[in-house]
Amino acid sequence: MPYTYQEFAYNTPPALRGEPDGPHQVAIIGAGPIGLAMAIDLAQRGVASVLLDDNNVVSVGSRAICWAKRSLEILDRLGVGERMVEKGVTWKLGRLYRGDAEVYNFDLLPEAGHQMPAFINLQQYYVEEYLIERCRQFPDLIDLRFKNKLEDLSQTGDGVRARFETPDGPYELEASYLIACDGANSTVRKSMGLEFAGTLFEERFLITDIVMKADFPSERRFWFEPPFHAGQSALLHKQPDDVYRIDLQLGWDADPEEERKPENVIPRIERMVGDRPFEIDWVSVYTFQCRRLERFVHDRVLFVGDSAHIVSPFGARGGNGGIQDLDNLGWKLAAVLDGSAGPQLLQSYDSERTYGADENILNSSRSTNFMSPKPGAESLFREAVLDLAAKAPFARLMVNSGRLSVPCVLDGSALNSADTSDLPAVSRPGASLPDAPLDGGWLLNRLGPDFTLLILNAEPRRVEGAQTVCVTADETMAERFLGAAEQAFYLVRPDQHVAARWTTFDAGAVAAALRKAKGF
Amino acid sequence: MATLIDTPNIDDRDGFYQDLLAAHGGLDESQSHALNARLVLILANHIGNQQVLGEALDLAKNTGPA
Repeated sequence: MPYTYQEFAYNTPPALRGEPDGPHQVAIIGAGPIGLAMAIDLAQRGVASVLLDDNNVVSVGSRAICWAKRSLEILDRLGVGERMVEKGVTWKLGRLYRGDAEVYNFDLLPEAGHQMPAFINLQQYYVEEYLIERCRQFPDLIDLRFKNKLEDLSQTGDGVRARFETPDGPYELEASYLIACDGANSTVRKSMGLEFAGTLFEERFLITDIVMKADFPSERRFWFEPPFHAGQSALLHKQPDDVYRIDLQLGWDADPEEERKPENVIPRIERMVGDRPFEIDWVSVYTFQCRRLERFVHDRVLFVGDSAHIVSPFGARGGNGGIQDLDNLGWKLAAVLDGSAGPQLLQSYDSERTYGADENILNSSRSTNFMSPKPGAESLFREAVLDLAAKAPFARLMVNSGRLSVPCVLDGSALNSADTSDLPAVSRPGASLPDAPLDGGWLLNRLGPDFTLLILNAEPRRVEGAQTVCVTADETMAERFLGAAEQAFYLVRPDQHVAARWTTFDAGAVAAALRKAKGF
Repeated sequence: MATLIDTPNIDDRDGFYQDLLAAHGGLDESQSHALNARLVLILANHIGNQQVLGEALDLAKNTGPA
């Protein structure tokens, strides 16, 4: 085993020791990467939470491994980004094969001037370990409770009452808000009887981690109809500690129980890696599903990550979508709790992140259709694209082995102010602010925890309700923020998304945009 | 905005029709389907306009036996 699983201590909850317990501001259900990061985001904003999990170890198996640039930027804001990049396998090149011939390759971050790489591969258990250690740095703000299993919950009008089972018996807890970060099989969602509508694709993949000494480069490799796995698809990803992730398409008829057995897994892997010795670390069989809740906000219960939406893999849009959820929710919930915004601001979490989920579901459904075409026309056109790809450049881009997670641009959000000027599209209202080198560091690290007015090539200004950052734009910044303009003013939200921008300063316009971005 | 041309637009239409049939000469049915599929993708990329392609899809869907 490449990773040693550490058991986290269970402590008798206060209520079962005869001590007061709450009422709490926020209860978070599920201490996976999303719940842990959620608690840290809130703690960094001064909001206390109690974080409860039914288990007491980090993720068993690597599970989510591909962390996208935007997630790394968010996790950097939360204090673990650099550590993840240091440990992770950095990659940006994807290579596509048909049979054993390369069809084409793509570079996910062709431009320089970003702190974070396009992607790293890092096992979910490491991410959770780092996040737990980070949580421990907020002993007064994060109350982490392992082996506290949610049994049921009810809304009380101004909060939520939830009942938990522990090794010492049951107890109840009250919180103003409850955040469900309890994954695809969310107990919160089920106990509220909410429909999780969507599509099940009739496809199964074998997913396995093997430990193997090999000199495979740090890139994503995807095969259509490889010689080692006839007629199906395969994916290879490199992880730290000589761990490789292999995904093999099995078809709908495969028996998951049988396929999980080592005697069936080993020959499949041997055909792929040849005579290199390897050990199997983890095996799972999964189906493709794209589903989401109709709404992510249900009065005082908020759904974040896989509890709210699930997508097929191959676009790395599950975990990375969840990270963008919590990034979106943290500052809004903090503002509602401290009274600087009304509860209606939470509705924008719902509208912005259902929009993000739909984008992820759209992309991952399209990838699934390409990877797993039905007989007839779907297979006919898949073959046509792959045949053409050998000769015609246009067809290479139609080959779809997953459209990898990119930051969601919140076009059309009610929090955006109208884009008043002719500035570059990449930094338009709704976009997450592009990073850029700045004074030997990075622009994103200079943004404040709350709203920031980024002033480029103009004299400093003071505005109520936002800290200001003044910079002289170099060539990279000019390209990302100015275009042909001489100067610009960007109002950036606490989650680093652009709320509004101008080429001239107008205090009234900034104040109005700030109010709009807070949901007023 | 570009719209689909559904009026005569190929000077030597009989010549094209002959070339199209010749391209399918000697192919069995599945090979013919595959050729057509490649041809659709090639022509669609050449057109490159979502509006025109949408109108072309509609015209194709709304003709032929019901």
